[in-house]
Amino acid sequence: MSEVEYRRAKAAQGGLLIVEGVEGIAFGDRVRIRDHRGRKRNGQVIRAAEQETLIQVFEGTDDIDMDNTWVRFLDQPLTLTVSPGLLGRVFNGIGDPRDGRPPIVDGEARGISGSAINPAARNYPREFIQTGISTIDGLNSLVRGQKLPIFSASGLPHNRLAAQIVRQARLPGEATNFAIVFAAMGVSYSDARFFRESFSDSGVLGNVVMFINHADDPPVERLALPRVALTAAEYLAFDLDRHVLVVMTDMTHYAEALREVATAKGDVPARKGYPGYLYSDLAEIYERSGRIRDRHGSVTMVPVVSMPSDDITHPIPDLTGYITEGQIVLSRELNNQGVYPPVDIAPSLSRLMKDGIGKDDTRDDHPRVANQLYALYAKAQEARNLASIIGAEELSARDQRYLEFARDFDQRFVGQGEDENRSIIETLNLAWELLSRFPRDALTRVSETDLAHYHRAGETPA
Amino acid sequence: MTESRSGYIREINGPILRIHLPGGRNGEQVRIGSLDIVGEIIALEGGDAIVQAYESTDGLRPGEAVHGLGHPLTVELGPGLLQGIFDGVQRPLQEIASIAGDNIPRGLRIHSLDRERAWAFVPADGLEPGKHIAAGARLGTVQETETIEHRILVPPTISGELIDLAPAGDYTLDSTIARVRDAQGSVHKMTLYHRWPVRQARPYGRRDHGVEPLITGQRILDTFFPLLKGGKGAVPGPFGAGKTMVQQQVARWSNADIVIYVGCGERGNELVDVLESFPQLQDPHTGRGMMERTLLIANTSNMPVVAREASIYVGMTIAEYFRDQGYDVVMLADSTSRWAEALREVAGRLGHMPVEEGYPAYLGSRLAAVYERAGRVQTLEGERGSVTLIGAVSPPGGDFSEPVTSHTKEIIQTFWALSKELADARHYPSVDWVDSFSQDVGIAAGWWAKEISGAWNGRRAQALSLLARDAELSRIVNLVGPEALSSAQRWELEGAALVKEAVLQQSALDEADTYCSPHKQFQLLELVMQVFDQGKELIALGAPVQELAEHPILARVRRAKSTWRSDEGEQLAAFASEVYKAFSALRSEYASGQEALS
Ligand SMILES: Nc1ncnc2c1ncn2[C@@H]1O[C@H](COP(=O)(O)OP(=O)(O)OP(=O)(O)O)[C@@H](O)[C@H]1O
Ligand SMILES: [Mg+2]
Repeated sequence: MSEVEYRRAKAAQGGLLIVEGVEGIAFGDRVRIRDHRGRKRNGQVIRAAEQETLIQVFEGTDDIDMDNTWVRFLDQPLTLTVSPGLLGRVFNGIGDPRDGRPPIVDGEARGISGSAINPAARNYPREFIQTGISTIDGLNSLVRGQKLPIFSASGLPHNRLAAQIVRQARLPGEATNFAIVFAAMGVSYSDARFFRESFSDSGVLGNVVMFINHADDPPVERLALPRVALTAAEYLAFDLDRHVLVVMTDMTHYAEALREVATAKGDVPARKGYPGYLYSDLAEIYERSGRIRDRHGSVTMVPVVSMPSDDITHPIPDLTGYITEGQIVLSRELNNQGVYPPVDIAPSLSRLMKDGIGKDDTRDDHPRVANQLYALYAKAQEARNLASIIGAEELSARDQRYLEFARDFDQRFVGQGEDENRSIIETLNLAWELLSRFPRDALTRVSETDLAHYHRAGETPA
Repeated sequence: MTESRSGYIREINGPILRIHLPGGRNGEQVRIGSLDIVGEIIALEGGDAIVQAYESTDGLRPGEAVHGLGHPLTVELGPGLLQGIFDGVQRPLQEIASIAGDNIPRGLRIHSLDRERAWAFVPADGLEPGKHIAAGARLGTVQETETIEHRILVPPTISGELIDLAPAGDYTLDSTIARVRDAQGSVHKMTLYHRWPVRQARPYGRRDHGVEPLITGQRILDTFFPLLKGGKGAVPGPFGAGKTMVQQQVARWSNADIVIYVGCGERGNELVDVLESFPQLQDPHTGRGMMERTLLIANTSNMPVVAREASIYVGMTIAEYFRDQGYDVVMLADSTSRWAEALREVAGRLGHMPVEEGYPAYLGSRLAAVYERAGRVQTLEGERGSVTLIGAVSPPGGDFSEPVTSHTKEIIQTFWALSKELADARHYPSVDWVDSFSQDVGIAAGWWAKEISGAWNGRRAQALSLLARDAELSRIVNLVGPEALSSAQRWELEGAALVKEAVLQQSALDEADTYCSPHKQFQLLELVMQVFDQGKELIALGAPVQELAEHPILARVRRAKSTWRSDEGEQLAAFASEVYKAFSALRSEYASGQEALS
């Protein structure tokens, strides 16, 4: 079958091509298309009926001349050829090289859709990763095998933060040993260059596989890209025993591409025109992270999701939040105040933090310190609101103290240098500096032992 | 056992297929193509049947063969259910992992329950050949785990004359343990298990009222918004608000006999968390390992959507089966929104008219039908059993007016509304005391009065009204500043803060406080309300609010919940009297101060 080319295209629209009268085509199979100019395009069967086959064309269907379009059904699913030679390479969204070097041939071709990991085969992720960033390590810790997105918005430094995480992430006390899978969907050339330079400056280029789809590349290709990238990540993690950090940017562009194709197919929209299956579709991607029993490697994901109009309830961040194991939320307000990284701790969360921190992993007081900082910050926000109504001078002494705390917290704890790599102990000590402004009786989330150990009563922090 | 008819695939559209299968019936199970994928007929259209596949359809081709199996989706009910983890159509995931490795392959043929294992069966007393035996009657028992005796029942559809019953001994699931001749004269062989179609509610004698609360060990739930055994509850909330935590806490600490946890379209790691942590926990009510009474159904978010729709029915049928054995069962469904979305997706592909946000018109009735299967009943055998159903709801954007939340709200009796504001401030459980409700406080109050204290209802009401005052007064403060409040009003704010911190907040991660016995719940409530009452008197006597609020003993009151565990009631009581003493010392101070003034 794969030798035969058909000239049976009947209609094309919005990245979809309908082919008539070819029988027995498998759902999900790969398609090679030759257009009237002899250019090759790639596709995948997304509906297979007896007399009619619907194909999603990764390069789009613009400028297709139906009468002169030749379609070949390759009789195989979409695959990526995996081998240790992936590291150091750059590919496009369907796994073809874009670094001018020859394709990988001496490896195993793996289907890109992956099948669900059996929950009974998973290991619960619990190894603390030190990112060197206080708001993450101290308050929203990342662990190996977690999926922890950065919720951001246009103009915010999510890429710088992602790059800093890539540079600094390691298990405490260990040299970095992450392999990096970088998946870029609809990114600008300058953002792509920024990441490449950042990888190269930190000398990790040889440990990176990049899958890049630029803003002006065909959107449909973005649908395959994360799946291709994760096929590489799973291979590195579960075949080669590597700990893999997957950075995906920007998942919003992925979801938009999905909407485009869904609309063209005539799928019933749920919210804001996004199809009802956006949740399951995103979950298929995100759930490929994790740890597996008896395997040494792991897949940790740090996707970037930009919130259209800064709206966290927009379907894309909303559904992402329902799938991922927490989120790091960036704030325009903090960014405008010049705080880097502008992490808004209130809506930020790491669900897997609880088993990765504490006595045996970071330090005994860690969970309670995080809790206490959150409690105080919430009170401080109330005081800030009140101050904006009645003026800071009118606040009680207690509320004044909260205000001061919030200011210091934003400046000193949240804010840090782009090259500043704080150890978790430094982060916790910094936390205690801020906590020590309060009398012991005001700190009821930490234990009395913690207070005895770390509270420095009477000392005013410098 | 079943007829098998053949047909072929005409069209594949994701998980939905159009097939040609003469005589296909709605609900019938089919095996599809060379991959031998399992699916179910969900509609008949013209001469064709529409099938939803429980597994990915990648690689299937039009023209491949389809076999109708002649029966609907059923589950196997018998020993071996407990401590297991099954997928949305009851395939055993642990066995699958040992056969097939890390990922779930397609087209696997595997029994839900282990056929090799032998169980020690003890026949019921007084059952002799020749006796009439009713549907749902007990044939005997198998000690399935150390805590749970599995009662082997005659299937609800069979009754008649007992021909013979196996003596005590070890039997595998396939061995015949009894034979019954029905009124028509046909002989039925009975084994330790039987099958039941999941979309059909299992019969019972009659429905009963709920009579006692399910104790979950969570203060905001038990003390403020109680749910009865056999009740229907919902936990709606935006992402990250704590729905799964609430459900896992109920799974861990509630005084149910059997817990069925259905992970429906949620994270794989959350199930692993249960699988890894439960065996290490002790049930506070029996002292035994917590996994012994638990079973998990997992259709994680990356598994095929269609099996997600089935998973709730699979869980419910197993729940009913244990109810029929006379147990109090709790079923947790996380999340019913994913179930509803699966319904929506299939409806969309079938071309059903969407009414709200893409959901079909029958969303409300389907939801109601699922919740309706919960309840407390008199079993066919005449015993009492119950299924309590607690569904998490995941409203898009956290908006409770969306269809799934609003339909659910009309059906359930207890509503634990989670709030993003509380969760963001790390006030856990983030159950909002304004939006939540329980329609069964009256019945619960009877239980608390009998078991714990007659003062429960009054204290509960007092605490809630203090919280309501807090909201009112905070509004004033936010308009005109705290100076506008009187001392008494400022003390009300302090009192409410104390209720929130010392009573409502309860960390699931705090070893001493993760479970709070009803006794400790009341002790803490009583302590805090006493502090508030006595403080009020002191303020009336002229004590400055600031001084009271910053009294060092209040820091200890705030910590009391994590200082003493539920089995340290005496120490907590001793601390309470210390607090009362401190307050009466203050009172005599201020009272004498006042006398001196006059
Ligand atoms: N009672 C609690 N005690 C301590 N921490 C809690 C509690 N409830 C929630 N949390 C914290 O909140 C996090 C999120 O909770 P959870 O996973 O239950 O949210 P969810 O509502 O189920 O979210 P989603 O809809 O995305 O599944 C937890 O990982 C934990 O850190
Ligand atoms: Mg959850």
